[in-house]
Amino acid sequence: MTTRTWTGSEPGADASVPVGRAVGQPVDRRDGHAKVTGAVRFSAEHHYPNLTYAKLVHATVARGTITGIDTAAAAAVPGVVAVLTHLNAPRIKPPRKINIVRNLGPDVSGTDVDYLNTDQVFWDGQPIAVVIAETSAAANEAAPLVEVTYDLLPARVDFAVEQKNATPAKGDLTFSGVKKKGDAEAALAAAEVSVDLRYTTPGLQHNAIEPHATVAVWDGDHLTVHDTTQSIHQTSHYLAWRFGVPASHVRVRAEFLGGGFGGKFSVWPGTVIAAMAAKAVGRPVRLALSRTAVNRATGGRTASTNRIALGATRDGRLTSLIQDSITRTGSAGGLLEATSSPARHLYGAENMLTRQNLVAMDLMPNTWLRAPGEAIGSFVLESAMDELAYELSMDPIALRLRNEPATDPTGGKKFSQRMQCEAFDRGAERFGWADRDPEPRSMRDGEWLVGMGTATAFHPVLRLVADVKVRLSDDGSVLVQCGFHEMGMGAATVQAQIAADALGIAYEKVHVEYGDSVLPTGPMAGNSNQTATVATSVLAACAELTRKVSALARRTGTSGQEPAAALRAAGTPFLDASVGSDTRLGALGSQGRFLSTFLKDQRWSKAARGAQFCEVRVNADTGELRISRWLGMFDVGHIINPKTAASQLRGAVVTGIGMALSEQSLIDPRNGRTMSAGLDSYYLPVHADIPPIDVAWLDEPDKTMPLGIIGLGEVGTTGVAAAIANAVYHATGKRIRDLPITLDKLL
Amino acid sequence: MKSFSYLSAPDTVTALRTIADSENVKFLAGGTNLVDLMREGIEEPATLVDITRLPLTGIEELPDGTLRVGALVSNSRLAADPLIRTRYPVLAKAILLGASAQLRNMATVGGNLLQRTRCMYFYDEASACNKRVPGSGCDAIGGFSRGSAVLGTSEHCIAAHPSDMAVALVLLDAVVEVESVRGIRRVPVADFHRLPGDTPHIETVLAPDELITAVELPPVPVAAHSRYRKVRDRASYAFALVSVAAALAVKDGVVTDIRLALGGVATKP
Repeated sequence: MTTRTWTGSEPGADASVPVGRAVGQPVDRRDGHAKVTGAVRFSAEHHYPNLTYAKLVHATVARGTITGIDTAAAAAVPGVVAVLTHLNAPRIKPPRKINIVRNLGPDVSGTDVDYLNTDQVFWDGQPIAVVIAETSAAANEAAPLVEVTYDLLPARVDFAVEQKNATPAKGDLTFSGVKKKGDAEAALAAAEVSVDLRYTTPGLQHNAIEPHATVAVWDGDHLTVHDTTQSIHQTSHYLAWRFGVPASHVRVRAEFLGGGFGGKFSVWPGTVIAAMAAKAVGRPVRLALSRTAVNRATGGRTASTNRIALGATRDGRLTSLIQDSITRTGSAGGLLEATSSPARHLYGAENMLTRQNLVAMDLMPNTWLRAPGEAIGSFVLESAMDELAYELSMDPIALRLRNEPATDPTGGKKFSQRMQCEAFDRGAERFGWADRDPEPRSMRDGEWLVGMGTATAFHPVLRLVADVKVRLSDDGSVLVQCGFHEMGMGAATVQAQIAADALGIAYEKVHVEYGDSVLPTGPMAGNSNQTATVATSVLAACAELTRKVSALARRTGTSGQEPAAALRAAGTPFLDASVGSDTRLGALGSQGRFLSTFLKDQRWSKAARGAQFCEVRVNADTGELRISRWLGMFDVGHIINPKTAASQLRGAVVTGIGMALSEQSLIDPRNGRTMSAGLDSYYLPVHADIPPIDVAWLDEPDKTMPLGIIGLGEVGTTGVAAAIANAVYHATGKRIRDLPITLDKLL
Repeated sequence: MKSFSYLSAPDTVTALRTIADSENVKFLAGGTNLVDLMREGIEEPATLVDITRLPLTGIEELPDGTLRVGALVSNSRLAADPLIRTRYPVLAKAILLGASAQLRNMATVGGNLLQRTRCMYFYDEASACNKRVPGSGCDAIGGFSRGSAVLGTSEHCIAAHPSDMAVALVLLDAVVEVESVRGIRRVPVADFHRLPGDTPHIETVLAPDELITAVELPPVPVAAHSRYRKVRDRASYAFALVSVAAALAVKDGVVTDIRLALGGVATKP
């Protein structure tokens, strides 16, 4: 087993990689040149004749009824075409009430608010009107002129207060509200050594570099939508249903996204309102949200309060593991943040109790944000493990290895692959963990206290299903079509590598079409599922195509020559192979395949895993926290493209650093208003906050997954906050149990 | 943003006459704060007078050792100037720890002095803010006030002044030269900004038609040993939680001269 990496100082491979050896090469992303030269069109950049520009007007109360809405001044601004409110907006089919249990289904909407068709306000920031104008300048000038009056209703907006009203969560399709094994409370009370702690995390916001945007164009009852979405097919079906047209009449295009992170997974108000506006004015509408609008009208991560208790024998064997979490939803939607996921699957504790509790509040409904559940849960559990290690006077890695389970601690399934110990061993060696004096506050460099921390990274695998069509043409080129999403991870590049090798064709001859709902149905991009999901179908389609080509080659006597020779010899311009299709049979086939894959996968416990290591420096006088070094050692199966994979893992670590150091939603507890609505008040990390990030992986294939791919992205975020908090404890002797770790907490 | 007229002043006389004669005129130099405020609807000038063609870009040494810095000198140019770096290193450092390289290239000395608070309630049209709408209240009091002032506050306003450069200028006893159709006057920088009191919307002693033309730095020997330390919630591109400009002279183990100025904690530098 060799540890592999891609540091960024070696050049990527260009498109001319040897035939049959594309997979595993650090091929430069194929859209890279177009992106840096501005040739790529993001959703907001599609132009249509007669285009109008729209701007949202947002409610400024958390809960209430609109009693008056005066649009006269706004409408009078030169260039304004229309101002739509609940009084005059086109009526469309009302949304269904969101049921958390059904979340992954056709209800892809982030909220169940009937935008612009209701006088009810459910959160401060909810869009309640839209200005449509000839220019964006006119729309921007007019929007603030809309005057609104409200009847206020009592609003639950302070999580610190409301959490005492939380009730046990029922759970959803993939995650149950409670999981028990034995009697964890009794075991905790009887344990030789124990910790019983409270960990809290704030709300967070995605702030992808590209704000949400929609360009909507009607042509009769056909709708084309360029939308910043991670779910083009689900969005297409949702819009068709709401607007009462056949699904085949709604085309959703999202060829390029400037980051998603889960914030573009659901349908948010702008998408529906843009389509509504386009219908109302009979012209194409571009609704590009401002940064402020993104932070007030699209969801973020919920805050959380967690009890975490660990009981152990004196030699470090866990006898009890308890996690009791409270998170929130909005009154108009939201989801269960599965914070006890790591607790259920990482350690072989004899007795376990994990419980999720929810409280509905009158805030923006929460949504998925990179590693939902595990990002928070890994901070909680992995910090607690570190606290327990200190109570036991045991090395934190040794404590984890001692509790390495043989099968999944919840349900006993076998691991399809689990190289957690190897990740820690290789990681510790590469990082120099042995150089650490375990005593807190023992390492110093001038005015800087130095510390090292480690934590487990963990993200479960979810495989969805993809329809794929592959066409070989007689000129030797190959076209792969599938409606998957490119959020900046290099998705198309990787599938081209896979298809090239599967067909024995040069990588540069493979073209990939994606990001369009007219293409075969691809998976939603989330849960780090896309590469493996699409690869499963690409490989199947390529195998089918190879069979057809071989048969043709035998008939034409061109066996042994390059694949296109058979087509030329037969006078056949192209050959197709598909997995799934648009037909009813194809749709049933897709469902069948999903069920079959899902059930097969359910026999195993599968996850991306790793070990995070960091070194921090804390200023002894000011509490300023700097991260000086990072290593993530990952068990993520076989890596198709080391360059794009390393970038994804580095980026994920950066997300975790932001979570630990500086990010927090500032929702004013007096009125529920999101005050952290801009990049000046929501503190994403800057370049100067980020150390060199070393990422490496074991590159062992998971034999139950296509090409051994486990999938990554989100795993890189998990364990980061805990590694930092643990390093801070090591440096200062101060244990921080609330994020972000700001300097005042270290004084 | 509300529609506005734009004209580019060819000389100082035209600029001063235009602002004296017309209503609701503002000068535009780098625009790194003003344009943001216009986008947010906080400033709504009817006319912008672009002053970037005015001859206010020199850094010259006067006979008595004073350094005269033209109001249009960019922040980055000022921070890079060799005389500034040797005689007033605190000023160069303070500028470099603020904003970003792109912003420092565009921002001017005059504009930096006039920049307005970044208080999130000042920026939010739905929040009560006496600076933005006199008499409407102050939602920062009792709200998210981590970056707000603790010195020089009143019950009407706790907004911190955001400029790092101005803190260094206060340490150095700089003098601000301003001009209008009525003539020239000189204001010590320590007196240039006002405390909020019960009129937080009036931030400086400038008359509406006055133009900053220069900032003069007197000789300050102790400033040759000066530093600027800025503490904030991330390593760069953030306003100070606390900053300190300090100049110190030590002879034979005894402090013979010391100057301190604070930033991030007060309503004026």
